[in-house]
Amino acid sequence: MTPVPVLLTCEAGLLGTAVLAVLIARSNRSTPVVYGASLIFCTIAFATALAYLATGLPSTDAPVLVLPIGLPWLGSHFRLDALAAFFLTVINLGGVLSSIYALGYGRHEQTTHRVLPFFPAFLAGMNLVILADDAFTFLISWEFMSLASWALVMAHHHDARNLKAGYFFIVMASFGTLALLLAFSLLAGLSGDYGFTAMRISEHTPLTAGLVLVLLLLGAGSKAGLVPLHVWLPLAHPAAPSHVSALMSGVMTKVAVYGFIRVVFDLLGMPAWWSGIVVLIIGSGTAVLGILQALMESDLKRLLAYSTIENIGVIFVSLGLALAFKANGMGLAAALALTAALFHVLNHSFFKSLLFFGAGAVLTATGEGDMDKLGGLIHRMPVTSVVFLVGCVAISALPPFNGFVSEWLAFQAILQSPTVPQWGLKILVPAVGGLLALSAALAAACFVKAFGVTFLGRPRSTVAEQAVEVDRFSLSAMSVLAALCLLAGILPGIIIDGLAPVTLSLIGERMPVQTDIPWLSIVPVAESRSSYNGLLVFLFTLFSASLTAYLIHRFASRWLRRAPAWDCGFPEISPATQYTAGSFAQPIRRVFGTLAFRVRESVDMPAPGDLRPARFAVETHDLIWEGLYLPITGAVGFAAEKLNHLQFLTIRRYLSLVFLALVFLLLVLALWS
Amino acid sequence: MVVISALFVQTFQMALVVLLAPLLTGFIRLIKARLLRRRGPSMIQPYHDILRLLRKEVVLAENASWLFRVTPYMIFAATWVAAAIIPTFATGLIFSWTADLIAIIALLGSARFFLALAGMDVGTSFGGIGSSREAMIATLAEPSMLLIIFTLALIAGSTQLSTIAAFMTSPQVGLRVSLAIALIALVMVAIAENARIPVDNPATHLELTMVHEAMVLEYSGRHLAMIELTASLKLLLYMSLIACMFVPWKLAVLGEGPAAYLVGMLAYLVKLAVGGALLALFETATAKMRVFRVPEFLGAALMLGLLATLLRFVSRSL
Repeated sequence: MTPVPVLLTCEAGLLGTAVLAVLIARSNRSTPVVYGASLIFCTIAFATALAYLATGLPSTDAPVLVLPIGLPWLGSHFRLDALAAFFLTVINLGGVLSSIYALGYGRHEQTTHRVLPFFPAFLAGMNLVILADDAFTFLISWEFMSLASWALVMAHHHDARNLKAGYFFIVMASFGTLALLLAFSLLAGLSGDYGFTAMRISEHTPLTAGLVLVLLLLGAGSKAGLVPLHVWLPLAHPAAPSHVSALMSGVMTKVAVYGFIRVVFDLLGMPAWWSGIVVLIIGSGTAVLGILQALMESDLKRLLAYSTIENIGVIFVSLGLALAFKANGMGLAAALALTAALFHVLNHSFFKSLLFFGAGAVLTATGEGDMDKLGGLIHRMPVTSVVFLVGCVAISALPPFNGFVSEWLAFQAILQSPTVPQWGLKILVPAVGGLLALSAALAAACFVKAFGVTFLGRPRSTVAEQAVEVDRFSLSAMSVLAALCLLAGILPGIIIDGLAPVTLSLIGERMPVQTDIPWLSIVPVAESRSSYNGLLVFLFTLFSASLTAYLIHRFASRWLRRAPAWDCGFPEISPATQYTAGSFAQPIRRVFGTLAFRVRESVDMPAPGDLRPARFAVETHDLIWEGLYLPITGAVGFAAEKLNHLQFLTIRRYLSLVFLALVFLLLVLALWS
Repeated sequence: MVVISALFVQTFQMALVVLLAPLLTGFIRLIKARLLRRRGPSMIQPYHDILRLLRKEVVLAENASWLFRVTPYMIFAATWVAAAIIPTFATGLIFSWTADLIAIIALLGSARFFLALAGMDVGTSFGGIGSSREAMIATLAEPSMLLIIFTLALIAGSTQLSTIAAFMTSPQVGLRVSLAIALIALVMVAIAENARIPVDNPATHLELTMVHEAMVLEYSGRHLAMIELTASLKLLLYMSLIACMFVPWKLAVLGEGPAAYLVGMLAYLVKLAVGGALLALFETATAKMRVFRVPEFLGAALMLGLLATLLRFVSRSL
């Protein structure tokens, strides 16, 4: 059976589930029915896509299906090639796990009729974007995905912050779709053929290609959260219920990455060398700024959303390298960089979903998302804390977990770049490498903070003191993701080989076959240059730790006494004396914040004998918001104010305005011809 | 037979680094004491300390979690694995391809991650202050280290330590500006990573600017022994790293036989002694800096690293 009809049947099933959900949303049974159905359809779609990817067929005979719906002269084209199959795997795996998670988590939902219909619709929308093979279907699905996720963001619309988030979201989503629409019109050219097949074979002038790249960075970038189009993301992603946040951060941003790759690597033909520079600069800036903002954050879900921005930056850095290498005909290096990007796409979908699920579990257990009111949850939620810890280590790019592998591949790609001929790239790439390393180090600090403040220490509130572990569905979804983080970290060769058909179809080269290498190491170019074996590192570390612990307990001492904390002899009674999210980030804020956020700290210390309280205030500025968005909103507001007068004119004036407009248009027409 | 002898060399190296690490620490303490005209404790004092700590009971804070108890073994194991695959007296160890230089540094990063978490586990402000400052230092030290690795990797054409060491002994290498800059940056990073003066003071206690010691304040007994041993091991690791990349003379190659190993061994001991003496001299001659001067110190290392990498990107000969 060919895979495309199977996949489309799954999407139809998801859409049917959405319709069904509208009808039954208010009944008690609706939650298991809807999430169960989503689970089944996503599992089938996941298996189909993975099976297709595993066959490794070349993209020349990718299965195509045309349905007679949509524009009459175009129809709807659907196609499954290696790139689409990879992204479908990522999306549907996310769908499967968030459905499982929601079977438990969704029971706490108060307004089920605002969540249930949109959840399967959202999944179907994302799947259809990937399957689309013409611009019309692509844009319709894209918009459908945006609107479904918008509805999910607005699920708890009584909260004023969520209203604001929804407003931002819809404005940025419309802007993004507009940019994509323009990009596709440019690609279709004067012939106006909106099929991807036609775009792929037609020649594009350098000007068109440049414009399309910029429009793609605006359109797909605003959905993915590239700086400076990221402002909606940290508002919107946390506003949705946690299983949807996981999908939005872990999966929907990947759909945007897919859109970028599909157009820039596939439809646009050979890239110009400077396109690599643009993408590298935007990507590295996004990575560093995203993680710095995450560090300043004290709300767990918002911290995770900012960290998504960082990871998108990391992905775009690798994509920029791939573009630069491809433009210079360095096929192997381009394949390496693209593999790094796609590997990170997969990794991020694993650990970001895991972390959002964990944040959701904390929310369920305590009703509190502010880290400064949590603490000590490791005692109360043992399983959640372990899997959340795995997610934290993985996202901080530390071995032996998966985040390190993709980061390592990106570094190996950077080391390939001194041979590029352009001076701009030669000077830029080392700086980008430094920024990538900086963002990885900041990510580690950020997630020490996230885990340390939330799960370690003493509880800072009664809700944290009385938290209980969450249900089994949530725990099993998180455990599967944690296991995947470890497996992808210790057996990366399998995934790299799985990505080979994608790089073959987009670049024409692939990385060396990894699964033949002894001991399951990974070797990007040659073993004498670099190799890494996560499995052995993991086993060696585990073995040495166990051996040491065993020997010490056997031969030295095993006595243990519980006592009050030593704390240098000055025990602090109140849990409020612990380090909070803000105080943990203070040294880093001092180092980087003065530049990135124009942080001003002011201390008001009363003189001895003065009885007023001392005060400490921190003032931060979001420079992008103040420098870019406020002027735009100001200008729009000003124009609206001025145009407002037009609303209150007499009928005579309206008629004369219409007359003048008509004369003006006729004049333009006359002059044009 | 070849495999067995290679395995033997690898096992020997694993044992060697652990056994030698406290001696290096004791040696540095002794030299420092002599430079201050004190008599100082014996060179083998750190062994006594560790053994005594191992035999003592652990006094565990009441709300310490399993993470606090597991961390000492975990960070010790991670550091040990990293130290075991760095060429000390011989290159081409049988497991040297398991992790390249980037992975070794990242493995140390994993150890630091867990130690910082352990600092926050008990919920005292001392632990928090140590962890947050350690995180701040790491955010600057790690990118600097990576840029240094880039420089070396671009010169030697590899991130594999054995290949780098082999390249550095070959006549191709010559005198290079980028290498000199990278060496300076690497020494600065190593000082910060090992919590030595002027970044942190390993001998301090109850001082408001302490970093590493504040993090491990709640540890006692066998846990503390593991942490002390890890700190010594990390110092040895960084010295071996610098030695194998910048003074790789007389390094034996796997399979050369016992005579070459012995020469390599002697050379390694001499390198460690010289490195330790230089560190002691430097520490005696400088004062510890304020904690918020550390970013400037490490920022300089970062800039040097970037400069060295840039030189490699724009020219093949510098």
